[in-house]
Amino acid sequence: MTIPSKSTVTSKKRPAAPALSRWISLNRVVRRETIIGWLFVLPALLMYAAFVLLPLLLSIQYSFFRWDGITPMTWVGLKNYATVLDDPDLLGTIFNAFRLVVFFSFIPVTLGLVVASIIHRVATGRLGAVARTVLFLPQVIPLVAAGIIWGWLLALPGLINQILKSVGLDALTRAWLGDFDWALPAVGFIGVWVLLGFCTVLLLTGITKVDPSLYESARIDGAGWFTEFVRITIPLLRQEIGVCLTVTVIAALAAFDIVYVTTAGGPGNSTAVPGIQIYILAFTEQRIGLASALAVMLMVLVLVVILPIQRLSRETTS
Amino acid sequence: MKVGRVELFAGQALLLGLMAITILPFISIFTTALHPSGTVPNGLEWPADPQWGNFIEAFNVANMTALLASSTYIVIAVVPVALVISTMAAFAIGLLRIPGARLLLFLFVFGLTLPFGGIIVPLYYLERAMGIYNTRLAIVLPLIALYMPFAVFWMRAHFVNMPTEISEAARVDGATTWDLFLRIHLPLARAPIASLGILMSVWTWNQFLLALVLVEDPTQRTMAGALGAFQGHYATNVPLLCAGTILILVPTLVVFVLFQRQIITALLQGSVKG
Repeated sequence: MTIPSKSTVTSKKRPAAPALSRWISLNRVVRRETIIGWLFVLPALLMYAAFVLLPLLLSIQYSFFRWDGITPMTWVGLKNYATVLDDPDLLGTIFNAFRLVVFFSFIPVTLGLVVASIIHRVATGRLGAVARTVLFLPQVIPLVAAGIIWGWLLALPGLINQILKSVGLDALTRAWLGDFDWALPAVGFIGVWVLLGFCTVLLLTGITKVDPSLYESARIDGAGWFTEFVRITIPLLRQEIGVCLTVTVIAALAAFDIVYVTTAGGPGNSTAVPGIQIYILAFTEQRIGLASALAVMLMVLVLVVILPIQRLSRETTS
Repeated sequence: MKVGRVELFAGQALLLGLMAITILPFISIFTTALHPSGTVPNGLEWPADPQWGNFIEAFNVANMTALLASSTYIVIAVVPVALVISTMAAFAIGLLRIPGARLLLFLFVFGLTLPFGGIIVPLYYLERAMGIYNTRLAIVLPLIALYMPFAVFWMRAHFVNMPTEISEAARVDGATTWDLFLRIHLPLARAPIASLGILMSVWTWNQFLLALVLVEDPTQRTMAGALGAFQGHYATNVPLLCAGTILILVPTLVVFVLFQRQIITALLQGSVKG
């Protein structure tokens, strides 16, 4: 061990007196500005901490306990997580969420791309503007209302079965939302109805930003709709496609409103998604710990699925 | 533009078809709502004797006046507060760039993908302990907080692009931080604040989960929450349920038609930035 020699300590120069006072006053101004700046953030931060971050931490805490909401909590470690992974009914909710992604996300985005590129080619005038407004309608009404409307349309005497009967497909008619095989696709179809217009209008905005000369030169070269679509539209719309995927995938994984009013998870567990299962576990079965474990898994799941989508769409645009 | 006639026709037909699929459900619940209360009508059939009285009955049994008042109250309590505090926070993070701004931004952005279902259970117990369960505050306070990630992110995107010369010039003239915010940057931020206000109003009006879990009394809920309760009571009376649904949709649709350009733009920008 070497002890630093005295000379190195004493040789450390102190700032000269005037410079020091200037440094202190400057420091005081900077510190004052910092405090004022933080005061601007404080109200938002406090609200966010109290009603989002605190419940988030509590969710994680609850997930390690067995609790009925009334009697004292019992520590169970990771047992709640093990239960979710073990119980086919609980794990099934996560699979159902991914099946909903197909309907809420892939179909509206794919179909939206096709429709947007068609509108761009054939309906630039009045029809396009009207279509924009009409297709956007389902996006502004409450999802609960969409659920109630379609709950009726998909019922046994509802419009869908009537249409099927009128074209002679009587054999296909059924109570769509009460059918073990068809309930989930039926709920998914409601998602398509709600989200297709949103995706179409968003993608259309993206297409109109593409340099028109690209399309013109493609057409001079005799490119048809499909070539144009694959070669120009899709590659140049990466960012918009990324946004559509992000919004719709979150809507699918975190689905609650539509499922709650149409099927409440039934028949059986065929349309149970994590959001519904959390609600049932916590508020009808009083299994707070288990509900919280599923909630934590849902939050992690959304992050894990969304982050790569975000990265992909950002990377290619920068 | 060089587009073949066949393609033009096929494209426009597809478009009209999609518009029909979008509109048809609304028409179907409208004709259903006009059938006698308690009957089970057929899909699109126009009733022999339209029961316009169903709308009055639904208006009364759903206690529509109280619902409209409650929803309006919640929107008025949520949106201005959320706008003010998020704009102030975004100003400090994006423009003043206070020490710790990056950390704060990360903290807020982290909440962007958070499903409401992930925190609804602790919120319930928290609000019972606070004594605000089953009051409108039970919806108002968490909603303001849940909007912070998006609102701060959105407003920061505006402030971070403001040229620094504006602030420097004001500083030379002796403006305090508060002056800078109130007199200079707030007026310049009017457009993004307006869009954000529209977005948060629509989201609040349509909020269902918080209303369902945190407020039992339908007359203290948002419109969407009240509709859920209405459905619970009248699930078997289809014409009345449809009439109630239409009544609850009317304010939303009127606002959409009046402000459609702003709403569509706001919702699209909102998702692009989010």
